[in-house]
Amino acid sequence: METGHTEFPSGNILASAPDISLKAYLHIFNGTEWQHNISVHFTFVSLFSLFFAVPESCMLILLGLVLGAVVLIASKKQPYQLDPGLFFLFLLPTIVGDAGYFMPARLFFDNLGAILLYAVVGTLWNAFCTGFCLYGVKMAGVIVNAGLMDFLLFGALISAVDPVAVLAVFEEVHVNETLFIIVFGESLVNDAVTVVLYKVYISFVEVGPGNVHTADYFKGIASFLIVSIGGTLVGLIFAVILAFVTRFTKKVRIIEPLFVFLLVYLAYLTAELFSLSAILSMTFCGIGCKKYVEANISQKSRTTVKYTMKTLASIAETIIFIFLGISAVDKSKWAWDTGLVVSTLIFILVFRAMGVVGQTWFLNWFRLVPLDKIDQVVMSYGGLRGAVAFALVVLLDKEQVKAKDYFVATTIVVVFFTVMFQGLTIKPLVKWLKVPRSTNRKPTINEEIHERAFDHILTAVEDIAGLNGYHHWRDKWEQFDKNYLSKLLLRKSVYHKSELWEAYQKINIRDAISVIDQGGNVLTSARLSLPSMASRTSFPEVTNVTNYLRENGSGVCLDLQVIDTVPGAKIEEELETHHVLAGNLYKPRRRYQSHYSRHFMTVGEKERQDREVFQRNMRNRLESFKSTRYKRHKKDRSQKKRKGSDAKEQDTNDKPRRNVSWQDKAVVPVAPEEDKHDPSEPDKDDDVGITFVARKAPETPKERPKSAALDVCQSPVAAPPSPTCGEKNLPWKSGVGSLPPCVSVEATKIIPIDLQQAWNQSISSLESLASPPAPPEPQHPRVSALSRLGGPLRTPAKGKSSGSGGAGSGSNTGSPSSGQFKFPTGKEEEEEGALSQQQQEMQPLMSSLRPPPPPPPPPAAQSAGKRRNPCVYLRSLVTVPPSGAEPQSRRPTQL
Amino acid sequence: MGSTNSTLLKIPNVEVLMQETGLKLVAEENCLNVSPAHIIRLHDRFKALDKEGRGHLCPHDFGAIKELAMNPIGDRIIGAFFSPGKETVDFHTFVKILAHFRPVDKDRPKEPNSPEPINSRSNKLKFAFQLYDQDKDGKISRDELLQVLRAMLGMQVTDEQLESIADRTIQEADLDRDDTISFEEFRKSLEKINIDHKMSIRFLR
Repeated sequence: METGHTEFPSGNILASAPDISLKAYLHIFNGTEWQHNISVHFTFVSLFSLFFAVPESCMLILLGLVLGAVVLIASKKQPYQLDPGLFFLFLLPTIVGDAGYFMPARLFFDNLGAILLYAVVGTLWNAFCTGFCLYGVKMAGVIVNAGLMDFLLFGALISAVDPVAVLAVFEEVHVNETLFIIVFGESLVNDAVTVVLYKVYISFVEVGPGNVHTADYFKGIASFLIVSIGGTLVGLIFAVILAFVTRFTKKVRIIEPLFVFLLVYLAYLTAELFSLSAILSMTFCGIGCKKYVEANISQKSRTTVKYTMKTLASIAETIIFIFLGISAVDKSKWAWDTGLVVSTLIFILVFRAMGVVGQTWFLNWFRLVPLDKIDQVVMSYGGLRGAVAFALVVLLDKEQVKAKDYFVATTIVVVFFTVMFQGLTIKPLVKWLKVPRSTNRKPTINEEIHERAFDHILTAVEDIAGLNGYHHWRDKWEQFDKNYLSKLLLRKSVYHKSELWEAYQKINIRDAISVIDQGGNVLTSARLSLPSMASRTSFPEVTNVTNYLRENGSGVCLDLQVIDTVPGAKIEEELETHHVLAGNLYKPRRRYQSHYSRHFMTVGEKERQDREVFQRNMRNRLESFKSTRYKRHKKDRSQKKRKGSDAKEQDTNDKPRRNVSWQDKAVVPVAPEEDKHDPSEPDKDDDVGITFVARKAPETPKERPKSAALDVCQSPVAAPPSPTCGEKNLPWKSGVGSLPPCVSVEATKIIPIDLQQAWNQSISSLESLASPPAPPEPQHPRVSALSRLGGPLRTPAKGKSSGSGGAGSGSNTGSPSSGQFKFPTGKEEEEEGALSQQQQEMQPLMSSLRPPPPPPPPPAAQSAGKRRNPCVYLRSLVTVPPSGAEPQSRRPTQL
Repeated sequence: MGSTNSTLLKIPNVEVLMQETGLKLVAEENCLNVSPAHIIRLHDRFKALDKEGRGHLCPHDFGAIKELAMNPIGDRIIGAFFSPGKETVDFHTFVKILAHFRPVDKDRPKEPNSPEPINSRSNKLKFAFQLYDQDKDGKISRDELLQVLRAMLGMQVTDEQLESIADRTIQEADLDRDDTISFEEFRKSLEKINIDHKMSIRFLR
């Protein structure tokens, strides 16, 4: 359908895009040379606009002019033109689709009133005034002779602000959001007005002015309503369909983006098919579906959609402007009339300004934040005309509109003038007027939370004051959305995620990335390794991240490893191999680099990671609530199993989380405990339990080792199931000294990505990381919880496999030792019962003091001693939390 | 205008207010700056809420507002209408509280001696702040923040997630590292936000 997609270029967009699109036309001229030239030109243009801050659209038009001139000279006749079919079917939809999909929805609806006013009333005003005034000028005899209808038609097509041009220019200017959304929203919506007016006039012209009756005018108005509202509805319908489809694409991630593109495009085509406003349809399809689609599709698909859309849009934009330039050169297509050109220019500028001022004056009666004079100036000045107008004028039928050639020339001039002159000068103007610019700042978590609170406050105040204002309705809509729409359109797993939590994760990811960005040196240098408060304060920007890293860093690396190792059936073999290797190979430090990049690239398995994190998270929590009854439960397992499943059924409604399929198996042992919990523990516990309840009650011995291995991998601490795995661990222990580098490598690479994951899980799990390095700390609640996890799962017999698996997968020197160390504590805790948990939280150290764990502590000590390794930096961070910071870090672990 | 005034006079509270001290009316106009039409409208609303006609509102009068019951932090907002120790709120206070949400009018002449208008940025913030700070110790503690978060997020997130959000929030805003958010810190953390946009309602303009 969309040829553009298949032609997706590689390399420099600007250079290759025109290359592709022009190919068809250029082959006439022994293409290759031309293509080459064009490519060179484009590269030149993009470079030029990069360095000289000239709007790209201007450069492109200029380039088009040059190209057109050259071609014209060579062939005496312009072989190619901006073809309306191409424009409306392919170029425009890509731009509009991009605009609609990435439209900031909240901002758009916050300013919907203003946008609609400007788009409808403003455009009508412009169209009529320009048309009538031109007719007046014609009456004065200054310009070309044409009928009133012709002028009105021309006024309609020339008055619409063009989304392509506005987007191209305003995106570079970075005016503040409100201003941008009003101008841009207007340019999108007024398409409906323009197109309808255009069509109505065309039909009038066809019928002949004399045959138009009064009823026809009303028909025109009615058709406007139908076209715009119908288009919007079509768009919304497709938005729902699209969102609904993406709900079920979990198994076919690869074609997720395709669905998005096709359905959005289909919205456009369908609307076009019914002669409704295709632009409106596509815009609203994009706006409507985005929230749900973004939530449903995978991270990779999200990125794909984003960049593909943006790329296609810029390609289309490039082509349009180039063609504008090219077709301007062909003299045979237009006829010059100075009077018409000048008066049109004056009229559109004047009426635009008048319209803006008048409407703003009216709007400011109602607006919470009035638009001030500066805003009005920018809005008037930002009324750029563009390719839409040009395409419309080219579409005119010369038989019916005799003055078409004059109109074409005038349109070209107007487009050139607005895009080139105004586009070039609007930036200095904005600077000079000191228009508030948009900041690229991302909201902090504080802002996210408080703004949410503000929304609630305002809604409440409106309710109290008894008026059904904007906030009242927005709240109503949100309720509706939450209760029905989201339920229908979102995946179950997604539906229950909180937006705020998502925001929180995003922020954390950003932080993590920024830390990494600040140079590997941050990670590798002594800074991070400084656990002290001093380091924190000295790098204020990094502070949060640093802390997080400190708390979470090690856990992250575990995650990735888990991912790699978990699902494999060959785990055992690999573990063996790994042990041998780990024990005997020396790992050079430079592996850092290569590992870093590789992992960075390959981190993609978000889905699995998510599941992983989720599973770990749940398990941690479960464990923390759980006591040592595991064995007893085992006996009753079959019984309990049933119960568990029942409970699961019950709780399904409450907890969205339990969707992970393979988890179930692994967690099976836990299920029984859950039953016990139910009475005593709050609902939360129940949820957790539910999550883990195994459907497959009869778990085979084989499964267990896997699960154990998983545990190990996820949380190094848990991994070292001390006593049982001794044999396998031996190689490890011997190799401890050499191993750390490997670990560190993992950690460093993974951190950015993992942090995301890590955030998903509670901080507590992250803290577990910290525990490995510092033997004294293992009793940390989190750690203990983890160890507990490992504990119950491992029967002595199975412990071996699990332990080995953990060690192998983790390849974590630190983990084995810490794991061993902790494992005992975990057991103790289990035995002590859930009650002890609280104590632990309060007094982490106390737990350490408890009787030595069954497994031999010496290895732990040994490993601890040896840990001074390159990779250790992370660990040291984690391990030695500043005394002041400790309480904070620990908190998250509490349940 | 005459009719407006006469309607205004029909409102007992306003009359009382005017009679009591001209000053209060001045305060009404200068600080709250709610126009007469708005006062009348609010008074109608006030009377509608005050079903028993006692001339003041009790918490349960607010509780009767259906939509408010759906609001996750509705009870806190109701609480904000009642000054500590008081069980009722009269019309004057009612209007005064609502006046927090008037948009700031920029072109109003600044009188050097006039008190800070009730709809100033910091007063708006204070109003929001006190919704968090339930024990009125001037600080948002971790627990207080957690409560609000829990109310706003409901069952969507686990306690652990809530806690990590809360921790992060405090960590981010907490400048003096006392693990609480003071008003000053609160203000700082929202420095970049256009409070006038986010904490204003058009109807009081």
